[in-house]
Amino acid sequence: MLDTLRTVFLTFLHSFHRRATVQYPEQQPYLPPRYRGRIILSRDPDGAERCVACNLCAVACPVDCISLQKTEADGRWYPQYFRINFSRCIFCGFCEEACPTYAIQLTPDFEMSEYARPNLVYEKEDLLISGVGKYPDYSFYHVTGIPIPGKDRGASERERPPVDLHSLLP
Amino acid sequence: MTSIRIDGRDCPTRTGINLLQACLEAGENLPYFCWHPELGAVGACRQCAIRQFSGPDDKAGRIVMACMTPVSDNALISIDDAEARDFRAGVIEWLMVNHPHDCPVCEEGGECHLQDMTVMSGHNLRRYRFTKRTHRNQDLGPFVKHEMNRCIACYRCVRFYRDYAGGDDLAAFASHDHVYFGRAEDGVLQNAFSGNLAEICPTGVFTDKPFSATYSRKWDMRGAPSVCVHCAVGCNTIVNAREETLRRVLNRYHADINRYVLCDRGRFGHGFVNAPTRIRTPLCLMAGQQVALPLTEALEHFTRMAAQGTVGGIASPRAALESCFSLRALVGEARFSTGQTQLEQDCVQLAHTLLAKHPGALPTLHDMESADAVLVLGEDVCATAPRLGLSLRQSVRQASFHDADAARVPRWMDGAVRTLGAQSPSGLFVITPAPTDLDTVAAQSVRAVPDDIARLGFAIAHLIDPAAPAVADLTEADAALAQRVATALMAAQAPLVVSGMQYGAPALMQAAASIAAALARRVPRPGLSLIVPECNSMGLAMLGGVSLEAMLEMARAGELTTLVIVENDITRRLPPSDVAELVALVPNIVVIDHTATPLCRQADLVLPATTFSECSGTLVNLEGRAQRFFQVVFPAAPIQESWRWVQALARSMESGAEHNATSPADLPHTAWHLTDWQDLDDVLADLALAFPALAGAASAAPGADYRMNGQKLRSQTYRASGRTVIRSHISVHDRPPPASPDTPFSSSMEGAYGPDMPAPLVPGYQVPSWNSVQALNRFQQEIGGRLRGGAAGVRLFPPSDDGEARAYPYSTDIPPPFTPAADHTVLVLPQPCLFGSEELSMLSPPVAARAAPPMLRAAPRMAAFDRAILHLDDRPHSLPVSPLAGLPEGVVLCPTHRVMRAFRFPVRARLEGPHGTGEPS
Repeated sequence: MLDTLRTVFLTFLHSFHRRATVQYPEQQPYLPPRYRGRIILSRDPDGAERCVACNLCAVACPVDCISLQKTEADGRWYPQYFRINFSRCIFCGFCEEACPTYAIQLTPDFEMSEYARPNLVYEKEDLLISGVGKYPDYSFYHVTGIPIPGKDRGASERERPPVDLHSLLP
Repeated sequence: MTSIRIDGRDCPTRTGINLLQACLEAGENLPYFCWHPELGAVGACRQCAIRQFSGPDDKAGRIVMACMTPVSDNALISIDDAEARDFRAGVIEWLMVNHPHDCPVCEEGGECHLQDMTVMSGHNLRRYRFTKRTHRNQDLGPFVKHEMNRCIACYRCVRFYRDYAGGDDLAAFASHDHVYFGRAEDGVLQNAFSGNLAEICPTGVFTDKPFSATYSRKWDMRGAPSVCVHCAVGCNTIVNAREETLRRVLNRYHADINRYVLCDRGRFGHGFVNAPTRIRTPLCLMAGQQVALPLTEALEHFTRMAAQGTVGGIASPRAALESCFSLRALVGEARFSTGQTQLEQDCVQLAHTLLAKHPGALPTLHDMESADAVLVLGEDVCATAPRLGLSLRQSVRQASFHDADAARVPRWMDGAVRTLGAQSPSGLFVITPAPTDLDTVAAQSVRAVPDDIARLGFAIAHLIDPAAPAVADLTEADAALAQRVATALMAAQAPLVVSGMQYGAPALMQAAASIAAALARRVPRPGLSLIVPECNSMGLAMLGGVSLEAMLEMARAGELTTLVIVENDITRRLPPSDVAELVALVPNIVVIDHTATPLCRQADLVLPATTFSECSGTLVNLEGRAQRFFQVVFPAAPIQESWRWVQALARSMESGAEHNATSPADLPHTAWHLTDWQDLDDVLADLALAFPALAGAASAAPGADYRMNGQKLRSQTYRASGRTVIRSHISVHDRPPPASPDTPFSSSMEGAYGPDMPAPLVPGYQVPSWNSVQALNRFQQEIGGRLRGGAAGVRLFPPSDDGEARAYPYSTDIPPPFTPAADHTVLVLPQPCLFGSEELSMLSPPVAARAAPPMLRAAPRMAAFDRAILHLDDRPHSLPVSPLAGLPEGVVLCPTHRVMRAFRFPVRARLEGPHGTGEPS
């Protein structure tokens, strides 16, 4: 009897507690910018694809859910296709850590429910955004030695102009 | 054997090598760049520094370069020494000063020796904050991509290209920080071994250009051991594939054959596998159109064909032994053709006979490298067997090695030995109609017509052994040359005679065999090597069969109603009129091939077969070595192995015969257990029963039931990526990895792998800390020696019973001297080209891009016109003519297969001036 009353009392006290239930989706939770959610591919400040199809994200992926194929245009490498199977992804962020060009980034979006698993297979056109993501300034091709249209050989950061092999100067 | 002490650990080693090699053989991780087992040491990179102590009491020791220090008895060295470590870390930091930030967009990334060595040396932070020097690149042609920024100036490329492979269009330019490796100006690298730069270069300066177009990282690709199908040498290769497409071909070390080097035709000739010319579905000829039809209908179609009468079979020297044998089992011995013309077949048979009865040695390519006198008799080895030509090029160094031994300079001390040997005489004699790449290193190279070369050969044999028949009417110049060559061969410890069937001249091979046999009376094991044209020519010679001409006779007699042609384009062998006649006479022609050849267009039924990358099989190379190649790609459904197609045909014949309710005696002739074969091992078991001489083929590699540590062998790396997504655009449901009943490989990353795996089953090289091809060091018993997994392949020729002096039956069939014809015809000699003559490699775009346009070559007096009209069997051909000094009058050289498809052996033909009027002379 006493126990029952105590239970009723405790339950009554709960009505004065702060509510734990969040009214999702009307009320959106706060997610920090570095939250590990849906993966995107970003572009460099010039608007070109950052991904150079180096395959490091694919090899870092512990569930092997990233696959891509390298192709090339004007000296730039980029993925011919870039596919992520989000029904396998565990959002560990290893791919972002492995990426040498800041192309692949995880975003604070986790709303990816689907009724059919094939809809969770994202191709490059689904992944590629038009912005720079978390790294506004970095452009891999300004650092690497590979020339691209608009940046000649020896014009990258911390590079001297190409050697003149016919020069006799020391 | 001796022993050295590395960091307090006693390691058994051998003398005659350097400390770097000894450390690597002892399993130590010692970084190096410029040293290469095949190129020796020059001490250019200063990376392999270690500390050596002069004795147990010496506590200070001194820093030495391991690659430049010979192994001495009980040497005391330290790799872990702090100062030596700092030294190595300092060197790699200098090397990396100018190295660009390229790894993500570099084809070498992931299998880069520089990456490995940088990690091994512990250099992980760039302290250099200033600017990097840059270089402009060159376009080096369709094979090799150039990216000079990445260079660390180890000099391996020029040492390989110039010193080893004999090229002269790649060099080091400029000095100090500016040093540049490239050509004097942009252009195609001319050497036949330029593709090896991709493997020789420790970083990404030279990379594989065709591979870059379908690039995939090393860790992502499935690998399988394979054998090159583009000539008869049988170089071992590794085939890499991803997403069921072949990506590249790499060298696979075989101590006796190709060792570290592959020719460009073998490395880049694989493009036919993914070419649009591939057949991917059964095709049936209906009202002049080839229509795709399903598998079952194709087999029903064949059943109806077979019911009409007898079935004949034409095999191919480019098909695997299993495919040829299955066809023979289907059609029976009498109606089985080797798919070669009578002349070709006679020549291959003769090569087989001569090699089998040769009293001396049948040298491997590695043995050839240590021959001290070589005679090349009427064969352009650099075009017909390029890798063999490279071995002959190395043989020229024997004299310099002897000089080095006398001067007590170790042979691996490459710079010193080459300086010492700069004036050493060459022991190589080249007597061919056309110039060869070996002429530059030959003691003497002579141009003559095949018949005259054969006469010269017989004269040399007579000079060595008077029991050999003498040659009458030899000119004075020829007699002097014969004397010179005979003297050189007799003075040699390990002489070698090389010839072949390029000119369809049995006399040439007879002459070569006579010389080698004559030498056997003077030196213990003189070598003989005879070059045959295709990857399985020798295996087919051991299998036997009738010629194409005999098949044509059978067709004329009305004995054939159905002809099954396996992987053979007979338009490359028979003149167009004969092909047309055969097609007209035989009502049903069935072609089983992987590539749409001109013959396929005339076939009533075409069945899609697998290429070397899609099936397993056995090939017999020119030295009679049976070698297995393994499946790496799993093709889509209707494509299957040729022998499985033949088996399917046999089953449909049986079912057709049963359906017609005839007596058992009328059942088609299916010898052995053709229809019961389950896998490759069953085929080989029956092959061994039917052909005891080929029984060794079954043990060329472990069978499909081989297990290592109770597991299959994995053909993917342990870190292959994309397993759960690579097919998800088709279906998200997982499928079991494909499996082949014919191989001991699992197609996935699950399975056993290690440096001790059997040599014929190594799918790729990787050990911890060594991700580049240099990991090979760990797979060898001793560096440059046999693989730890034993030998690969089985030699089928019985070892000759040397020591027993027997009278050698010298051939007395000496041809008369060549005289230009009086009737205005010329002798058209075939000129095989490295790129262009071989059938399959020409379907590979980079090789086709390297093939020079066909051109006639004639003596300068005959080449008065720029163009000439050559009247070959099919039609007149107008061709450019270029003069070739030294070529006899009355002879022109014409590229094989390029002008007239079936032209491959000498013919007499009329040659006219450009407007069809007047003689070019």
